[in-house]
Amino acid sequence: MLPAYPYLILSAVLFTTGTLGVLIRRNPIIMFMSIELMLNAANLAFITFARYQQSMDGHVFVFIVMTVAAAEVAVGLGIIVAIFRLRGNINVDELDEMKG
Amino acid sequence: MIAELVIFIILGIVAVSSAFAVILSKNPVYAVLFLVINFFALAMLYLVLSAQFVAFIQILVYAGAIMVLFLFVVMLLNLTGAIESLQDKLPAQRWLAPALGMVLLVEIAVVFLSGFFAQVPEASELPEGFGTSAPVGMLLFSRYVLPFEVTSAVLLIAMVGSIVLAKRRP
Amino acid sequence: MPEIVIFLLIKLVMTIVIFALWMTMVPFMIWLERKVIADIQIRIGPNRVGPFGLLQPIADALKLIMKEDITPAKADKLIYPIAPALLMVPALLAIAVIPIGGMVTIGERSFTLQIMGEYRGPNGFFVPELDAGILLSLALSSLGVYGVVLAGWSSANKYSLLGGMRSSAQMLSYELPLGVALVGPLLLASSLRLNEVVNAQSNFGIWFIIPQFVGFIIFLMSGTAEVNRAPFDLPEAEQELIGGYHTEYSSFRFAMFFMAEYLNMVTISALAVTFFLGGYRLFTDIVWLQPIWFALKLMLFLYLFVWIRGTWPRVRYDQLMALGWKVSLPLALVNLAITAIVLAYVPKRAVLVLTITSIVLITIAYYGSSYNIRRSTDMTARSGYARRHLPESEETRI
Repeated sequence: MLPAYPYLILSAVLFTTGTLGVLIRRNPIIMFMSIELMLNAANLAFITFARYQQSMDGHVFVFIVMTVAAAEVAVGLGIIVAIFRLRGNINVDELDEMKG
Repeated sequence: MIAELVIFIILGIVAVSSAFAVILSKNPVYAVLFLVINFFALAMLYLVLSAQFVAFIQILVYAGAIMVLFLFVVMLLNLTGAIESLQDKLPAQRWLAPALGMVLLVEIAVVFLSGFFAQVPEASELPEGFGTSAPVGMLLFSRYVLPFEVTSAVLLIAMVGSIVLAKRRP
Repeated sequence: MPEIVIFLLIKLVMTIVIFALWMTMVPFMIWLERKVIADIQIRIGPNRVGPFGLLQPIADALKLIMKEDITPAKADKLIYPIAPALLMVPALLAIAVIPIGGMVTIGERSFTLQIMGEYRGPNGFFVPELDAGILLSLALSSLGVYGVVLAGWSSANKYSLLGGMRSSAQMLSYELPLGVALVGPLLLASSLRLNEVVNAQSNFGIWFIIPQFVGFIIFLMSGTAEVNRAPFDLPEAEQELIGGYHTEYSSFRFAMFFMAEYLNMVTISALAVTFFLGGYRLFTDIVWLQPIWFALKLMLFLYLFVWIRGTWPRVRYDQLMALGWKVSLPLALVNLAITAIVLAYVPKRAVLVLTITSIVLITIAYYGSSYNIRRSTDMTARSGYARRHLPESEETRI
C-alpha cells in the first residue's frame, strides 16, 4: 500500500491546473470546467484522507461537493446561455457594465 | 505495492495530462471530452483507494450528467473556436498566472506534507465493507443528516434559479 | 497454481462466453425484428437467405461492410470515427453486472454466472459480488449519450446536429425516471446487488412486477426512450431529420450504430428481467436450466420492443418531454414514496398492500396523464411553443 502523499501531491497538481485554467482562459465554459477540476482535486484529497484515517466521513463530503457542483453547473450554464442570448457572445472581459 | 504504484503512475499521468489538455485546448468540445477522461482517471483512483461507491457516483453524476450538460451548452451556443477575443484586458495575467500557480502548488504541498496533515497514519487493514453503499448511507442519514437536507435545499434553489434564467421574457 | 490465477481464468472464460452470447443476440434481433414487423404488416419478410431467412442478418452485415466508408469533408477528424465506438462500448460493458444464472459448484469452487459476481475458492478465498452493481450499469448506460451527441456534432451536418441535440435532451430527461423506477425493487430487496434482487424475488415468492407494477411501466417507457426506440425514436426521425445523428455514417460505422441500438435494447431487457421478472429463476433451482429461463424471459421483452415499434406511432417532441417530466418522473417519485412508507409501516404485508396501491396508482395515472398531456400540449401549441421550437432556420436553433 502506497503512503498518502502521492495522492495528495496529485490532488495539489490538479487543483493548481484548475486555478491556472481560470486565470489564463477567457472562455467562460472552459473557466467553468476548470472550477470543476478544482472541486475534483479537493474530492481526491477527501477520499485519500478517508482511506488513510479509515473513516468514511470523507465519502460523505464528496457527495455533498458533487451535489453542490451539480447545482452550480445548472445555474452557471443557465447564466451563460442567458448572457449569450442577450449579447450574442460570451467573452468575460466584455462583461464589465456593472463596474462602478 | 508495486501493482498499486504502477496503477497510480498510469492514472496520475492520465489525470494530469488530461487536466492540462482541458485548460489548453482551443475547442471547447475537446475540453469537455478531456475533462471526462480526467474524471474517469479520478474514479479509477477512488477505486484504488477502496471508495467504490463514490467512484460509481463520480461516473454517474459527473461523466453521465454534468458533462453532458456542458456538451449540450457548447453545442447549443456553437462556441467552437473564434470567440476568445484577441485583446485581453489583463494581458499580464497570462504570464503572471503560471508563476502564481507554482506558488500555489508549493503552498498546498507544504500544507499537505507538514504540520497537521503529516499525521496521516500509515496504511493498514480496512474494516469490512469500507466504501460500500451501506455505511455511506448510514453516515449520510445519521451524523450528516443536516448537511444532507441542506443540499436538497441547494438543489431546489438551483432548479428554480436555472428555470428563471432560462425562461424567455415576453 | 495459485488460487488468484484460477479465479482470473474462470472469470475470463465466463466473460468471453457471455460476451459471445450477447453479440449473437444482435443478428438474432435483426432477424426477429424484420420477421415480426413483416408479420404485423401482413408481409412475409426475409425468406430467401437460409431457412426462414435466418441468414439474412449475415447478408445484411456483409452488404454494409462492403460499402464505402465515407467521412464528410468538414467532419471532425478525431471524433467522427470514434463516436460509434463510444456508443457501443458502454452498451457492451453494462452486461458485466447482470446475473444470468445462480451459484455453480465445481469441486471446491463455486461462483455465480455473473461476470462481476461472487466467487468462493478453497481455503477461504472469497471475492464478493460487486457492491452497488446497479449503479455501475446505470452509469454506463448514461455514457451512451456521448456517442450519439458527438456523432451528431462531428458530422458537421445540420440534421445530424439536431438529432444529437434531441437525443441528449431526451436521454438526460429519461434517465431520471429510469433510475427512480428501479429504486422500488431495490427497496424491496434492500440491496444494490443484482443477484440479491433476484434472490429477494424468490424469497418473497413473487416477481416484483406485481407489487411494483407502476415502476415496471415507467421503467419500460423510459427504457424505450433511453435506447431511442420507437415510439421515442425522435433523434433519428426519418421524416424530419433524414436519419438524425447517423445521417452521414456509412459502412461499418453505421453498422456499429445499429449494433449499439440492439445491444442497448438487450441490456435494458436484461435489467427488466432481473428487476421485475425474477431474473434467472423459474419453477426449479436446477442450475444449468437457469440461463435458459433467463434467455426465455429476455426474448419476451425483445419481442415486446419489436411489437411496440410495429404498432405505435412516433410521439411529438413536446409530448415526449411532457411525458418524461410531467408524468413519468412524478409518478416514479410517488411510487417510491409509497413503497418506502409501506415497507416502513407494514413490512409484513408489503406485497399485498403494494399490489393494491399500484393498481390504484396506475388507474389514477392513466386518466390523469392523458388529461395532463392533452392539456399541456394544447396549451403549448396555443402559446406558440411549437412554432418557436421547430427547426426552421439557423436562428431558431438557439
